[in-house]
Amino acid sequence: MTHAFNPPDPAVQPPALTPTYRSTRLRAPLHTPLSMEHGPGEIAGPRFGQNVIGPLDDDLMLNHARPGHSALGERILVHGHLMDEVARPVAGALIEVWQANAAGRYRHARDGYLAPLDPDFGGCGRCMTDAQGAFAFRTIRPGPYPWPNGGNDWRPAHIHFSVFGDGFAQRLITQMYFQGDPHISLCPIVGAVPDSAAVERLTARLDMDATVPMDLRAWRFDIVLRGRRQTPFENRMEGA
Amino acid sequence: MTTLRQTPSQTAGPYLHIGCAPVASGVRPGAGDLGAAAFPDDAPGEVVQVGGLILDGAGEAVTDAMVEVWQADAAGRFGGASGHAGWARRMVDPTTGEWRLRTIRPAALPAQAPHLMLWIAARGLNCALHTRLYFADDDHSGDPVLAAAGARAATMIARPDWDIHRLDIHLQGEGETVFLAV
Repeated sequence: MTHAFNPPDPAVQPPALTPTYRSTRLRAPLHTPLSMEHGPGEIAGPRFGQNVIGPLDDDLMLNHARPGHSALGERILVHGHLMDEVARPVAGALIEVWQANAAGRYRHARDGYLAPLDPDFGGCGRCMTDAQGAFAFRTIRPGPYPWPNGGNDWRPAHIHFSVFGDGFAQRLITQMYFQGDPHISLCPIVGAVPDSAAVERLTARLDMDATVPMDLRAWRFDIVLRGRRQTPFENRMEGA
Repeated sequence: MTTLRQTPSQTAGPYLHIGCAPVASGVRPGAGDLGAAAFPDDAPGEVVQVGGLILDGAGEAVTDAMVEVWQADAAGRFGGASGHAGWARRMVDPTTGEWRLRTIRPAALPAQAPHLMLWIAARGLNCALHTRLYFADDDHSGDPVLAAAGARAATMIARPDWDIHRLDIHLQGEGETVFLAV
Protein backbone atom coordinates (compact mmCIF):
# COMPACT_ATOMS: atom_id res chain seq x y z
CA MET A 1 0.00 0.00 0.00
CA THR A 2 1.18 3.48 -0.81
CA HIS A 3 0.27 6.78 0.70
CA ALA A 4 -1.28 9.65 -1.22
CA PHE A 5 0.04 13.16 -0.70
CA ASN A 6 -1.37 16.02 1.34
CA PRO A 7 -3.26 18.65 -0.65
CA PRO A 8 -1.73 22.02 -1.56
CA ASP A 9 -1.83 24.29 1.52
CA PRO A 10 -4.17 27.19 0.64
CA ALA A 11 -2.50 29.41 3.24
CA VAL A 12 0.81 28.92 1.41
CA GLN A 13 0.15 28.34 -2.29
CA PRO A 14 -0.72 31.40 -4.39
CA PRO A 15 -4.20 31.57 -5.97
CA ALA A 16 -4.34 31.46 -9.77
CA LEU A 17 -5.65 35.00 -10.26
CA THR A 18 -3.55 37.78 -8.71
CA PRO A 19 -4.34 40.85 -10.87
CA THR A 20 -1.35 42.93 -9.69
CA TYR A 21 0.72 40.26 -11.50
CA ARG A 22 -0.73 41.21 -14.86
CA SER A 23 0.01 37.99 -16.77
CA THR A 24 -2.41 36.08 -14.51
CA ARG A 25 -5.39 38.09 -15.77
CA LEU A 26 -5.88 36.15 -19.01
CA ARG A 27 -4.12 32.96 -17.98
CA ALA A 28 -5.60 32.12 -14.58
CA PRO A 29 -8.35 29.49 -14.69
CA LEU A 30 -11.45 30.93 -13.03
CA HIS A 31 -13.16 27.66 -12.15
CA THR A 32 -12.27 25.98 -8.86
CA PRO A 33 -9.90 23.08 -9.59
CA LEU A 34 -11.59 19.70 -9.44
CA SER A 35 -10.76 17.71 -6.32
CA MET A 36 -9.71 14.13 -6.89
CA GLU A 37 -8.14 11.21 -5.08
CA HIS A 38 -4.57 10.26 -5.90
CA GLY A 39 -4.12 7.13 -7.95
CA PRO A 40 -0.93 5.30 -8.91
CA GLY A 41 -0.02 8.03 -11.42
CA GLU A 42 -0.08 10.85 -8.90
CA ILE A 43 1.74 8.79 -6.27
CA ALA A 44 4.48 7.64 -8.64
CA GLY A 45 6.72 10.15 -10.36
CA PRO A 46 9.58 10.15 -12.85
CA ARG A 47 12.90 9.25 -11.24
CA PHE A 48 16.24 10.11 -12.76
CA GLY A 49 19.64 8.55 -12.32
CA GLN A 50 22.90 10.36 -11.68
CA ASN A 51 23.58 9.92 -15.42
CA VAL A 52 21.41 12.95 -16.23
CA ILE A 53 23.88 15.16 -14.34
CA GLY A 54 26.91 16.27 -16.36
CA PRO A 55 30.27 17.12 -14.77
CA LEU A 56 29.72 20.90 -14.58
CA ASP A 57 25.94 20.90 -14.31
CA ASP A 58 26.16 22.04 -10.68
CA ASP A 59 28.63 24.84 -11.45
CA LEU A 60 27.03 27.74 -13.29
CA MET A 61 30.21 29.79 -12.82
CA LEU A 62 32.01 27.46 -15.21
CA ASN A 63 29.52 25.46 -17.26
CA HIS A 64 29.16 28.09 -20.00
CA ALA A 65 32.55 29.73 -19.56
CA ARG A 66 35.38 29.79 -22.07
CA PRO A 67 38.44 27.82 -21.01
CA GLY A 68 40.28 29.77 -18.33
CA HIS A 69 37.33 32.10 -17.76
CA SER A 70 34.57 32.28 -15.17
CA ALA A 71 31.19 34.02 -15.08
CA LEU A 72 31.21 37.64 -13.92
CA GLY A 73 29.59 38.43 -10.60
CA GLU A 74 29.53 37.61 -6.90
CA ARG A 75 30.66 34.03 -6.44
CA ILE A 76 28.09 32.08 -4.39
CA LEU A 77 27.15 28.57 -3.29
CA VAL A 78 23.44 27.78 -2.96
CA HIS A 79 22.66 24.76 -0.82
CA GLY A 80 19.90 23.28 1.27
CA HIS A 81 17.75 20.24 1.94
CA LEU A 82 14.74 18.94 0.04
CA MET A 83 12.22 17.55 2.54
CA ASP A 84 8.53 16.85 2.85
CA GLU A 85 6.10 18.22 5.42
CA VAL A 86 7.00 15.57 7.97
CA ALA A 87 10.69 16.52 7.62
CA ARG A 88 11.51 13.33 5.70
CA PRO A 89 14.41 13.89 3.28
CA VAL A 90 13.53 13.55 -0.41
CA ALA A 91 16.53 11.64 -1.76
CA GLY A 92 17.65 11.18 -5.36
CA ALA A 93 15.46 14.01 -6.62
CA LEU A 94 16.33 16.09 -9.67
CA ILE A 95 16.55 19.87 -9.23
CA GLU A 96 16.90 22.15 -12.27
CA VAL A 97 17.78 25.83 -11.88
CA TRP A 98 17.91 28.84 -14.18
CA GLN A 99 18.65 32.50 -13.64
CA ALA A 100 19.69 35.88 -15.06
CA ASN A 101 23.34 36.91 -15.07
CA ALA A 102 24.92 39.33 -12.61
CA ALA A 103 23.56 42.29 -14.61
CA GLY A 104 20.00 40.93 -14.61
CA ARG A 105 19.93 39.67 -18.20
CA TYR A 106 18.80 36.20 -19.29
CA ARG A 107 20.45 34.36 -22.14
CA HIS A 108 17.10 34.07 -23.93
CA ALA A 109 15.80 35.29 -27.28
CA ARG A 110 12.88 37.07 -25.61
CA ASP A 111 14.91 39.03 -23.04
CA GLY A 112 15.58 42.48 -24.49
CA TYR A 113 16.82 44.19 -21.32
CA LEU A 114 19.60 46.77 -21.92
CA ALA A 115 21.99 45.02 -19.55
CA PRO A 116 24.78 43.07 -21.27
CA LEU A 117 25.07 39.33 -21.74
CA ASP A 118 28.10 37.72 -20.12
CA PRO A 119 29.91 35.51 -22.68
CA ASP A 120 30.90 33.20 -19.82
CA PHE A 121 27.45 32.69 -18.28
CA GLY A 122 24.59 30.53 -19.56
CA GLY A 123 22.33 30.49 -16.51
CA CYS A 124 21.34 26.83 -16.43
CA GLY A 125 22.19 24.12 -13.89
CA ARG A 126 21.11 20.73 -12.54
CA CYS A 127 21.80 18.77 -9.39
CA MET A 128 20.46 15.74 -7.56
CA THR A 129 19.66 15.43 -3.86
CA ASP A 130 21.73 12.95 -1.86
CA ALA A 131 20.46 10.35 0.63
CA GLN A 132 19.87 13.10 3.21
CA GLY A 133 18.01 15.28 0.70
CA ALA A 134 20.94 17.72 0.49
CA PHE A 135 21.72 19.62 -2.70
CA ALA A 136 24.23 22.30 -3.69
CA PHE A 137 25.38 24.25 -6.73
CA ARG A 138 27.84 27.05 -7.41
CA THR A 139 26.79 30.12 -9.35
CA ILE A 140 26.98 33.90 -9.40
CA ARG A 141 24.42 36.06 -7.68
CA PRO A 142 21.85 37.17 -10.30
CA GLY A 143 20.98 40.84 -10.69
CA PRO A 144 17.53 42.40 -10.28
CA TYR A 145 15.87 43.55 -13.49
CA PRO A 146 12.90 45.56 -14.71
CA TRP A 147 9.90 43.88 -16.31
CA PRO A 148 6.82 45.10 -18.15
CA ASN A 149 4.06 44.66 -15.57
CA GLY A 150 3.20 47.95 -13.86
CA GLY A 151 5.03 51.09 -14.89
CA ASN A 152 8.12 50.52 -12.77
CA ASP A 153 8.30 46.93 -11.57
CA TRP A 154 11.64 45.29 -10.80
CA ARG A 155 12.11 41.64 -9.96
CA PRO A 156 14.12 40.95 -6.84
CA ALA A 157 17.25 38.94 -7.60
CA HIS A 158 16.10 35.32 -7.86
CA ILE A 159 16.94 31.82 -9.01
CA HIS A 160 14.22 29.63 -10.58
CA PHE A 161 13.92 26.07 -9.26
CA SER A 162 12.18 23.09 -10.89
CA VAL A 163 11.89 20.23 -8.38
CA PHE A 164 10.90 16.59 -8.81
CA GLY A 165 9.81 14.70 -5.70
CA ASP A 166 8.86 11.07 -5.19
CA GLY A 167 5.43 11.51 -6.77
CA PHE A 168 4.13 13.59 -9.66
CA ALA A 169 1.74 15.27 -7.20
CA GLN A 170 4.81 16.83 -5.54
CA ARG A 171 6.13 18.44 -8.74
CA LEU A 172 7.05 22.06 -8.00
CA ILE A 173 8.40 25.13 -9.75
CA THR A 174 9.37 28.03 -7.51
CA GLN A 175 11.83 30.91 -7.10
CA MET A 176 14.49 31.57 -4.46
CA TYR A 177 15.14 35.12 -3.27
CA PHE A 178 18.01 36.59 -1.26
CA GLN A 179 17.66 37.75 2.33
CA GLY A 180 17.67 41.53 2.62
CA ASP A 181 16.59 42.37 -0.94
CA PRO A 182 14.25 45.41 -0.73
CA HIS A 183 12.50 44.37 -3.95
CA ILE A 184 11.01 41.24 -2.34
CA SER A 185 8.23 43.14 -0.58
CA LEU A 186 7.51 45.23 -3.69
CA CYS A 187 7.20 42.36 -6.18
CA PRO A 188 3.70 41.38 -7.46
CA ILE A 189 4.89 37.82 -8.17
CA VAL A 190 6.14 37.38 -4.61
CA GLY A 191 2.98 39.14 -3.44
CA ALA A 192 0.87 36.34 -4.95
CA VAL A 193 1.90 34.20 -1.96
CA PRO A 194 -0.83 34.76 0.65
CA ASP A 195 1.27 34.35 3.78
CA SER A 196 4.30 36.50 4.65
CA ALA A 197 5.81 33.63 6.65
CA ALA A 198 5.72 31.57 3.46
CA VAL A 199 7.57 34.34 1.62
CA GLU A 200 10.26 34.10 4.31
CA ARG A 201 10.69 30.46 3.32
CA LEU A 202 11.36 31.50 -0.28
CA THR A 203 14.19 33.71 0.96
CA ALA A 204 17.67 32.17 1.18
CA ARG A 205 19.76 33.08 4.26
CA LEU A 206 23.40 33.97 4.27
CA ASP A 207 25.18 30.92 5.70
CA MET A 208 28.61 31.80 7.05
CA ASP A 209 29.21 28.19 8.19
CA ALA A 210 29.22 26.98 4.57
CA THR A 211 30.93 30.10 3.23
CA VAL A 212 34.36 29.30 1.81
CA PRO A 213 36.98 31.82 3.04
CA MET A 214 38.58 33.88 0.26
CA ASP A 215 36.36 32.11 -2.31
CA LEU A 216 32.57 32.36 -2.12
CA ARG A 217 29.63 33.13 0.14
CA ALA A 218 27.00 30.47 0.83
CA TRP A 219 23.22 30.89 0.84
CA ARG A 220 20.94 28.34 2.47
CA PHE A 221 17.61 27.46 0.84
CA ASP A 222 15.51 24.57 2.14
CA ILE A 223 12.59 23.30 0.06
CA VAL A 224 9.53 21.55 1.51
CA LEU A 225 7.33 19.41 -0.74
CA ARG A 226 3.91 18.05 0.15
CA GLY A 227 4.05 15.14 2.61
CA ARG A 228 2.33 11.79 2.52
CA ARG A 229 -1.04 11.36 4.17
CA GLN A 230 -1.26 9.02 7.10
CA THR A 231 -4.02 6.89 5.57
CA PRO A 232 -2.86 4.33 3.04
CA PHE A 233 -3.90 4.32 -0.58
CA GLU A 234 -5.45 1.02 -1.67
CA ASN A 235 -5.63 1.31 -5.45
CA ARG A 236 -9.14 2.63 -5.19
CA MET A 237 -10.50 6.06 -5.93
CA GLU A 238 -13.29 7.88 -4.17
CA GLY A 239 -16.60 7.18 -5.83
CA ALA A 240 -15.23 4.19 -7.68
CA MET B 1 1.44 15.10 11.68
CA THR B 2 3.12 17.81 9.67
CA THR B 3 6.07 19.65 11.12
CA LEU B 4 7.16 21.80 8.18
CA ARG B 5 5.15 24.08 5.92
CA GLN B 6 5.13 23.68 2.13
CA THR B 7 7.36 25.83 -0.03
CA PRO B 8 5.13 28.15 -2.10
CA SER B 9 4.97 27.75 -5.86
CA GLN B 10 6.07 30.67 -8.03
CA THR B 11 5.60 31.17 -11.75
CA ALA B 12 8.13 29.56 -14.09
CA GLY B 13 8.30 32.89 -15.92
CA PRO B 14 8.94 33.35 -19.64
CA TYR B 15 12.50 32.00 -19.59
CA LEU B 16 11.94 28.47 -18.29
CA HIS B 17 13.50 27.10 -21.48
CA ILE B 18 16.94 28.00 -20.12
CA GLY B 19 16.59 25.57 -17.25
CA CYS B 20 14.23 22.98 -18.70
CA ALA B 21 15.35 22.81 -22.35
CA PRO B 22 18.91 24.14 -22.37
CA VAL B 23 19.96 22.52 -25.64
CA ALA B 24 16.91 23.68 -27.57
CA SER B 25 17.37 27.18 -26.19
CA GLY B 26 21.06 27.19 -27.08
CA VAL B 27 22.29 27.83 -23.57
CA ARG B 28 24.39 24.74 -23.01
CA PRO B 29 25.04 22.79 -26.19
CA GLY B 30 26.77 20.08 -24.16
CA ALA B 31 23.87 19.18 -21.88
CA GLY B 32 21.06 16.87 -22.94
CA ASP B 33 17.44 18.01 -22.84
CA LEU B 34 15.39 15.77 -20.59
CA GLY B 35 12.08 14.26 -21.65
CA ALA B 36 12.69 14.29 -25.40
CA ALA B 37 11.06 10.86 -25.70
CA ALA B 38 8.34 9.41 -23.49
CA PHE B 39 9.40 5.79 -24.06
CA PRO B 40 12.29 3.88 -25.60
CA ASP B 41 11.78 3.20 -29.31
CA ASP B 42 11.17 -0.51 -28.71
CA ALA B 43 8.51 -0.03 -26.02
CA PRO B 44 5.50 -2.28 -26.66
CA GLY B 45 2.12 -0.75 -27.38
CA GLU B 46 0.24 1.30 -29.92
CA VAL B 47 2.14 4.40 -30.98
CA VAL B 48 0.05 7.57 -30.98
CA GLN B 49 0.64 11.28 -31.36
CA VAL B 50 -0.93 13.72 -28.95
CA GLY B 51 -0.78 17.49 -28.75
CA GLY B 52 -2.57 20.74 -29.35
CA LEU B 53 -2.61 24.38 -28.34
CA ILE B 54 -2.79 26.15 -25.03
CA LEU B 55 -5.08 29.18 -25.28
CA ASP B 56 -5.51 32.13 -22.93
CA GLY B 57 -8.73 33.89 -21.94
CA ALA B 58 -8.61 36.04 -25.09
CA GLY B 59 -8.28 32.95 -27.31
CA GLU B 60 -4.63 33.68 -28.08
CA ALA B 61 -2.17 30.79 -28.22
CA VAL B 62 0.29 30.75 -25.31
CA THR B 63 3.76 30.58 -26.87
CA ASP B 64 5.99 30.26 -23.79
CA ALA B 65 4.49 27.24 -22.01
CA MET B 66 6.02 23.92 -21.03
CA VAL B 67 3.94 20.74 -21.01
CA GLU B 68 5.01 17.68 -19.06
CA VAL B 69 3.35 14.33 -19.67
CA TRP B 70 3.33 11.49 -17.15
CA GLN B 71 1.54 8.28 -18.03
CA ALA B 72 1.35 4.53 -17.62
CA ASP B 73 2.78 2.26 -20.30
CA ALA B 74 0.77 -0.25 -22.32
CA ALA B 75 0.84 -2.63 -19.33
CA GLY B 76 -0.29 -0.01 -16.81
CA ARG B 77 3.14 0.50 -15.20
CA PHE B 78 4.82 3.80 -14.36
CA GLY B 79 8.51 4.60 -14.76
CA GLY B 80 9.76 1.43 -16.42
CA ALA B 81 13.34 0.26 -16.12
CA SER B 82 14.77 3.78 -16.45
CA GLY B 83 12.57 5.18 -13.69
CA HIS B 84 11.20 7.85 -16.02
CA ALA B 85 9.62 5.97 -18.91
CA GLY B 86 6.24 7.56 -19.54
CA TRP B 87 7.51 11.04 -18.71
CA ALA B 88 8.13 13.60 -21.42
CA ARG B 89 8.51 17.32 -21.68
CA ARG B 90 7.61 19.69 -24.52
CA MET B 91 8.14 23.41 -24.96
CA VAL B 92 5.30 24.74 -27.11
CA ASP B 93 6.35 26.18 -30.45
CA PRO B 94 7.44 29.78 -29.81
CA THR B 95 5.55 31.01 -32.87
CA THR B 96 2.44 28.85 -33.19
CA GLY B 97 2.08 27.57 -29.62
CA GLU B 98 1.61 23.97 -30.86
CA TRP B 99 3.04 21.02 -28.96
CA ARG B 100 3.13 17.43 -30.09
CA LEU B 101 4.36 14.18 -28.56
CA ARG B 102 4.78 10.71 -29.99
CA THR B 103 3.96 8.21 -27.27
CA ILE B 104 2.32 4.88 -26.45
CA ARG B 105 -1.35 4.51 -25.64
CA PRO B 106 -1.50 3.86 -21.89
CA ALA B 107 -3.42 0.95 -20.36
CA ALA B 108 -6.42 1.60 -18.14
CA LEU B 109 -5.62 1.84 -14.43
CA PRO B 110 -7.74 0.26 -11.68
CA ALA B 111 -11.08 2.11 -11.90
CA GLN B 112 -9.66 4.75 -14.25
CA ALA B 113 -9.93 5.13 -18.02
CA PRO B 114 -6.62 5.34 -19.92
CA HIS B 115 -5.19 8.84 -19.74
CA LEU B 116 -2.09 11.01 -19.80
CA MET B 117 -1.46 13.35 -16.88
CA LEU B 118 -0.54 16.82 -18.15
CA TRP B 119 1.30 19.48 -16.15
CA ILE B 120 1.56 22.98 -17.59
CA ALA B 121 3.95 25.72 -16.49
CA ALA B 122 4.19 29.21 -18.01
CA ARG B 123 4.49 32.90 -17.32
CA GLY B 124 1.31 34.01 -15.55
CA LEU B 125 0.69 30.66 -13.85
CA ASN B 126 1.48 31.10 -10.14
CA CYS B 127 1.09 27.36 -9.74
CA ALA B 128 1.59 24.95 -12.62
CA LEU B 129 -1.67 23.34 -13.74
CA HIS B 130 -2.64 19.67 -13.68
CA THR B 131 -5.12 18.25 -16.15
CA ARG B 132 -5.57 14.99 -18.10
CA LEU B 133 -5.78 13.87 -21.70
CA TYR B 134 -8.22 11.04 -22.38
CA PHE B 135 -8.79 9.39 -25.76
CA ALA B 136 -12.20 9.77 -27.41
CA ASP B 137 -12.50 6.12 -28.44
CA ASP B 138 -11.81 4.58 -25.02
CA ASP B 139 -14.43 3.35 -22.56
CA HIS B 140 -14.80 6.18 -20.03
CA SER B 141 -17.47 4.57 -17.88
CA GLY B 142 -16.54 4.45 -14.22
CA ASP B 143 -13.73 6.99 -14.49
CA PRO B 144 -14.17 9.10 -11.34
CA VAL B 145 -12.42 12.22 -12.66
CA LEU B 146 -14.53 12.39 -15.83
CA ALA B 147 -17.65 11.64 -13.79
CA ALA B 148 -16.88 14.42 -11.33
CA ALA B 149 -16.21 16.85 -14.20
CA GLY B 150 -19.77 16.34 -15.46
CA ALA B 151 -20.66 18.51 -18.45
CA ARG B 152 -17.09 19.86 -18.61
CA ALA B 153 -15.51 16.39 -18.99
CA ALA B 154 -15.20 16.90 -22.75
CA THR B 155 -12.46 19.49 -22.11
CA MET B 156 -10.18 16.59 -21.13
CA ILE B 157 -10.99 14.30 -24.07
CA ALA B 158 -8.71 14.50 -27.11
CA ARG B 159 -10.30 14.23 -30.56
CA PRO B 160 -8.73 12.42 -33.53
CA ASP B 161 -7.51 15.05 -35.99
CA TRP B 162 -5.71 13.52 -38.97
CA ASP B 163 -2.59 11.94 -37.41
CA ILE B 164 -2.95 13.32 -33.91
CA HIS B 165 -5.17 13.06 -30.85
CA ARG B 166 -5.70 16.78 -30.35
CA LEU B 167 -6.57 18.45 -27.08
CA ASP B 168 -6.68 22.24 -27.06
CA ILE B 169 -6.36 23.49 -23.51
CA HIS B 170 -8.28 26.64 -22.58
CA LEU B 171 -6.75 28.29 -19.54
CA GLN B 172 -9.71 30.61 -19.11
CA GLY B 173 -13.00 31.70 -20.64
CA GLU B 174 -15.59 29.79 -22.63
CA GLY B 175 -14.76 26.12 -22.65
CA GLU B 176 -12.24 26.49 -19.82
CA THR B 177 -10.44 23.19 -19.37
CA VAL B 178 -11.02 21.24 -16.17
CA PHE B 179 -7.91 21.59 -14.04
CA LEU B 180 -7.33 19.19 -11.19
CA ALA B 181 -6.51 19.82 -7.54
CA VAL B 182 -3.95 17.03 -7.60
